[in-house]
Amino acid sequence: MATFFEQLINGLTIGSFYALVALGYSMVYGVMKLINFAHGDLFALGSYLGYTLLIASSSWVTVHFGLWGGMAIAMLFAFVGIGLAGVLMERIAYRPVYPAGRLSLVVSALGMSIFLQNGIMAIWGSRPQAYPAAVVPSTRFSLLGLPVTSLQVVILLLSFTLMLVIWFIVEKTTFGAAIRATALDRSTATLMGIDVRVVIFFIFALGPALGGIAGVMNGLYYRAISFNMGWTYGLKAFTATILGGIGNIPGAMIGGLLLGLMESLFAGYISGAWKDVFVFVILIAVLLWRPTGLLGEKTAEKV
Amino acid sequence: MATVLAIKNLVVNYGTVQALKGVDVELGEHDIVAVLGANGAGKTTLLKSISRIQPIKGGSISLKGRDLATVQAFRLAGLGIAHVPEGRHVFSTLTTEENLNLGAYGVRSLPAGKELEKTKEWIFTLFPILKERRKQLAGTLSGGEQQMLAIGRGLISKPRVLLLDEPSLGLAPIIVQEIFRVIRQIHEEEGVSILLVEQNARKALGVARYGYILELGKVAIEGNACDLKNDERVRAAYLGGSKVNC
Repeated sequence: MATFFEQLINGLTIGSFYALVALGYSMVYGVMKLINFAHGDLFALGSYLGYTLLIASSSWVTVHFGLWGGMAIAMLFAFVGIGLAGVLMERIAYRPVYPAGRLSLVVSALGMSIFLQNGIMAIWGSRPQAYPAAVVPSTRFSLLGLPVTSLQVVILLLSFTLMLVIWFIVEKTTFGAAIRATALDRSTATLMGIDVRVVIFFIFALGPALGGIAGVMNGLYYRAISFNMGWTYGLKAFTATILGGIGNIPGAMIGGLLLGLMESLFAGYISGAWKDVFVFVILIAVLLWRPTGLLGEKTAEKV
Repeated sequence: MATVLAIKNLVVNYGTVQALKGVDVELGEHDIVAVLGANGAGKTTLLKSISRIQPIKGGSISLKGRDLATVQAFRLAGLGIAHVPEGRHVFSTLTTEENLNLGAYGVRSLPAGKELEKTKEWIFTLFPILKERRKQLAGTLSGGEQQMLAIGRGLISKPRVLLLDEPSLGLAPIIVQEIFRVIRQIHEEEGVSILLVEQNARKALGVARYGYILELGKVAIEGNACDLKNDERVRAAYLGGSKVNC
């Protein structure tokens, strides 16, 4: 039973990383009909930005603001930095090729992914780096008899809060309705007075920014980060997006959490070495039998 | 009558095909003008050009003397032009109410609160069925209800100019009746100027003051609605040859 709860908490934690990254995939796909293959690498870049901030000038931030303060600042730094990177990416890699169609966009996204991976390698080196133990807030304690760390609790609370905020913005506000309208029909959205460029700006700032935060969380949780981690994480978060139903905001959240749980339980009970294989088997299975995902893209067409 | 919308010598190309070949159309204050013509005559292109979602090749479009050439498309809603597109184009996975709210998105004075609620109530008095359907996804509405929603979504911004593209398309005669009743009502009670694109020439000339007949991207015939109804060519080609009372 102890293993079960340990894997459950662990699964929810990594599931919330997947969910945050999946949100970015889904938001961008919804509006641009583009699978942003560089999204995982933005997540990795976020991890490196947080790392750099925390180790810069020998943990100055941590010393002055405490462990939690340091973590908060690192996340904020990654949030803003990756948000900017996302907006720049749209300008440089997507906007110019948008009129050429979806295939060109995907190729451009793959190029962007390779560019980012190699950029990270050029700056931080090809060897994995590690968040030093001294900057990671992590006290073990028991929650209702379950062994958890304070870091896990904070990661879970923060992720759920962020997801709730995003869900609220997209589903409950007028601007959110404008985003959904733009995703459905750009021309008609323009007729309503919606500035499509503002919507795209928002999507490419917020989606990646969430990934940036997840990157810092991931660095603090696993400690080790590497230049090519964005590829695996990106693919897994993409799997989560497909599992939940691409273009669907609650679907991305549920897909992420579910995938994290399944992966973790598989690793705990069957085989840790085969967990990545298991995840991609899920991807193939979903694509084969339920390509619209668990929640699917909401469709309400009457002709 | 003061001119609200003036289109001069409008030219639009789709690739190498010329869709509009120098069209002049004028819409006055408190006016209803009908644009008639067969499929492919350029009627929808004309409205899309006014809304600037269709790039133009030549000519000018001005709203109350202001040239719209440098105005970005999304700002037109705020300037008082509402466009109800052909085929309704309601946002299918949004609710009826969300669709209506978005209609006011570009209008700075109306974005939320009391004023919007008041205007919404007015829309609900024009189309009571929309009130019953307010929480329903727009894609699940019937064709007629979707058309009412599309018109309501256009009216909620309290426009000065309403561009209506084929509001009767594919609808049952009784619904067409109702749509035209509302067109007349908003014109008479609110003084909205309406540029009405229609295939249903009889209905359109029934409400319009003036009419243009587009043929292959050019204005073939124009005149007062009354004169058009009695014009031999119009009667033969668009009114089924029958006699229409003025």
